[in-house]
Amino acid sequence: MRYLPLSPADRAGMLARVGAGHIDELFADVPADALLAEPIPGLPAHASEMAVERHMTRLAAQNLSAGTAPFFLGAGAYRHHIPASVDHLIQRGEFLTAYTPYQPEIAQGTLQVLFEFQTQVARLFGTDIANASMYDGSTACWEAIAMAARITRRGRTVISGGLHPHYVATAQGMARFTGDVLDVLPTRLVETPDCADLIAIIDNKTSAVVVQYPDVLGRVPDLAALADAAHAVGALLIVVVTEPVALGLIEAPGHLGADIVVGEGQALGVGLNFGGPYLGLFGCREKFVRQMPGRLCGETVDADGRRAFVLTLSTREQHIRREKATSNICTNAGLCALSFSIHMSLLGGEGLARLAAENHARAQATAAALAVIPGVSVLNQAYVNEFTVILPGDARAAVRAMGARGVLGGVPLGRLYPDNSGLANGLLIAASECTTDDDIAALVDALQEVL
Amino acid sequence: MNAPNTAGWRPEMTSNGAATPLPATASGDRGLALEEPLIFELAAPGGTGVDLPEASAAPVAGLSRHLRKTPPALPGLSEPEVVRHYTRLSRQNYAIDLGPFPLGSCTMKHNPRLNERVARLPGFADIHPMQPRATVPGAIEAIAQLADWLMVLTGMAGVALSPKAGAHGELCGLLAIRAAVEARGEDRPVVLVPTSAHGTNPATAAFAGFRVEAIPATDDGRVDLAALTARLADGAGGDVAGVMITNPNTCGLFERDMPAISAAVHAAGGYVYCDGANFNAIVGRVRPGDLGVDAMHINLHKTFSTPHGGGGPGSGPVVLSDRLAAYAPLPFVRRDDDGVAHLVEEEDLSSLPGAAPFGRMAAFHGQMGMFVRALAYMLSHGGDGLAQVANDAVLNANYVLRSLQDVLHAPFADAGPCMHEALFTDDELGEGVTTLDIAKGLIDEGFHPMTVYFPLVVHGAMLIEPTETESRAGLDRFISSMRSLAARAKAGDPSLKTAPHYTPRRRVDETLAARKPRLVWQG
Repeated sequence: MRYLPLSPADRAGMLARVGAGHIDELFADVPADALLAEPIPGLPAHASEMAVERHMTRLAAQNLSAGTAPFFLGAGAYRHHIPASVDHLIQRGEFLTAYTPYQPEIAQGTLQVLFEFQTQVARLFGTDIANASMYDGSTACWEAIAMAARITRRGRTVISGGLHPHYVATAQGMARFTGDVLDVLPTRLVETPDCADLIAIIDNKTSAVVVQYPDVLGRVPDLAALADAAHAVGALLIVVVTEPVALGLIEAPGHLGADIVVGEGQALGVGLNFGGPYLGLFGCREKFVRQMPGRLCGETVDADGRRAFVLTLSTREQHIRREKATSNICTNAGLCALSFSIHMSLLGGEGLARLAAENHARAQATAAALAVIPGVSVLNQAYVNEFTVILPGDARAAVRAMGARGVLGGVPLGRLYPDNSGLANGLLIAASECTTDDDIAALVDALQEVL
Repeated sequence: MNAPNTAGWRPEMTSNGAATPLPATASGDRGLALEEPLIFELAAPGGTGVDLPEASAAPVAGLSRHLRKTPPALPGLSEPEVVRHYTRLSRQNYAIDLGPFPLGSCTMKHNPRLNERVARLPGFADIHPMQPRATVPGAIEAIAQLADWLMVLTGMAGVALSPKAGAHGELCGLLAIRAAVEARGEDRPVVLVPTSAHGTNPATAAFAGFRVEAIPATDDGRVDLAALTARLADGAGGDVAGVMITNPNTCGLFERDMPAISAAVHAAGGYVYCDGANFNAIVGRVRPGDLGVDAMHINLHKTFSTPHGGGGPGSGPVVLSDRLAAYAPLPFVRRDDDGVAHLVEEEDLSSLPGAAPFGRMAAFHGQMGMFVRALAYMLSHGGDGLAQVANDAVLNANYVLRSLQDVLHAPFADAGPCMHEALFTDDELGEGVTTLDIAKGLIDEGFHPMTVYFPLVVHGAMLIEPTETESRAGLDRFISSMRSLAARAKAGDPSLKTAPHYTPRRRVDETLAARKPRLVWQG
């Protein structure tokens, strides 16, 4: 077996050294009837690298990949061009096969990357600080809600109907067991976000207001008004960003009064990956640092007085605090943070602004082309690179039919909200710098055919 | 003891490897020992290393009041500068690719590169989670195959694939238990956790809204069955939702009373959660389902070799017994009567009357990139190879245990063999020498340290997990270094106190970092 270095002679010699006549003697503590003598029935035997690659390649070939089709999906996962150097650099074994940097003397590479990543995220979000990553945007969102409850000592959170329904479900799954109360506004196919409705139900029992920016329908809420309303009653504003590229064009949430900003970082450097691994981003005000979840990398000095980096404030974390920790998170998304950071180091703020502008221009072109199809209308007044169109019938059927024609024509709201028939005709369309004029023409043709 | 490797030494180097004093360099670099500034110190904001057009169209009118006034103050560098920055940084890391990484309970084994290759096939890497399912049958089949392997290997009835890492899997398992308890109309607010457990266990139980009670360990490093049964006996366990047992445990020992533990918990109406962090010791040899386990997470980034990546991403699927399988969170994969795999989401629930998912763990379907790598690993090993993995992992650990127990205190060595990891303490090292000093000395020897000060049930723990991907010669080099360090410690060698000496940075001031946190570059 190509991954196992011990030879039969090694094994025999080592068994003798440890004083065992047979390997099973080392499993003596396993109840005899539970120790399997033979390979488990139902599993194939070992296979060559060539055979495994063939098997996996055949499975992969059955899927319609985004790069080979006109592609317009978003809804929390975005396809952008990733510079070739990103994937090359993250495959350096010193990054790929290192552990969490608990031994700082031999992990300065990873630690400096995390420090740079934290700075990039904080400047992107307009927050004082950021952590070294979470699993993904949806789990980061729940962690923000739990953190706000710790800070305010209040248990009621008000959630916009524009928050991605998977994020809502993730939070509801947790809140059901922790006892936190989540007031989730309904999602409606209207052109303005639900800021006024949120403001109307904030009161002095509210821990936090959660709003997505841009929201799940691509609309852009007025964060400053929400921040003022929340702060007036001692509540926090949590802003969720599922498309970080948008922040190249619209104002950073931290500059508009957000107290905690979380997000999904997948759009930069990580790729689609059928939903994972992704990258949770987490930024907040500096005064909340000791209530933050997740790992933090800080600057310090070594014994010779040279600048060094180290994981810090671990007294918040589970391996020290056990059941009193701020979160149970341990492993996070280190390599995805590296991907994000490399992509961001190539783009810079200037490149991100240009990328966002180009995304917006491609989305405008797509929206204009769709709007002329009879019976199709664009919902949004404002959007960056994703918007909602309303079809004359159920969008799920239209998307499936377009898929059969080789066009990946957006995310139907009916798939995200199966129980809300009022949204069934809604279709989310995302465009990016990858979207060509031919792609737009193919989308328009396919949609006209299937309607 | 192995002879030191002197093949590459320059003649003027002394026997302890120290070079003769030389003047400092003007650059601060020393040959291949390269310093690297922060990316923000290499260039000012304003540039970009990506070719993008200038903005060509005015934003839509509705966006005008939302526009960002200035771009984020971040530099954008050219590709050669960026490649050099990260390549230079990478050289300040230790990694499995450089040498043994014997972190106990972390299972730092070789990461096969075939797995990296197949995970990057566009048919897996460049597909969107919300594509029409009819356009991704191969992806759904790959997930189903992974699920099949996990269920067969563990002898369990179901699997929840969406948890993002081990601790997230723990959370998933406990939420399934909580949902099952609630479905029975009961209130069981307590979860029992042994004192030897990894910190995530009590943190997870608390995060899921349970009250944590500790179970003591016996003198031989295992769960105290008598204390557990006393806690559960005569109806006293009516408030206990379950136990969280790590097996093999964090002392590297198999919980030989596992069937009795499970029986006692089940008799009291509770569920058995098993932390599968140490599954590598028993994969292919023992099915946890045969021991009465109801839920167990599997760290694909440990047992099934997906890379740790400097701290993730991980993946923590949870296998579930038939008592819990119905509560698995959405989404999940299920095969129909014809064997065709389907991805089940919210909109499909009405056609699955038996399913009672407690909700969602996260957006989308889980760590697909890790599933593909883990499946390639399983197919490569096969059932026979995975059993060999467990055998070799256990043999390597016992080899280390028996090769060091005469020079290091091994608290449980007399009780019998260990499983996949060997536990030592700093008890016999001599005046003032601690586990930390041995760990830092090991760095100078060219190895990553073992896990230190964990588990908490012994003082000054050193937990060594070699894994099956170390050769005998590699283990001999490691053992040789450990014996040398033990000898230096006992001889009172003061240089251990200041180790490491040969690293890009010396011991760092963690107190300063925590007292005045500097978490972002201020420029």
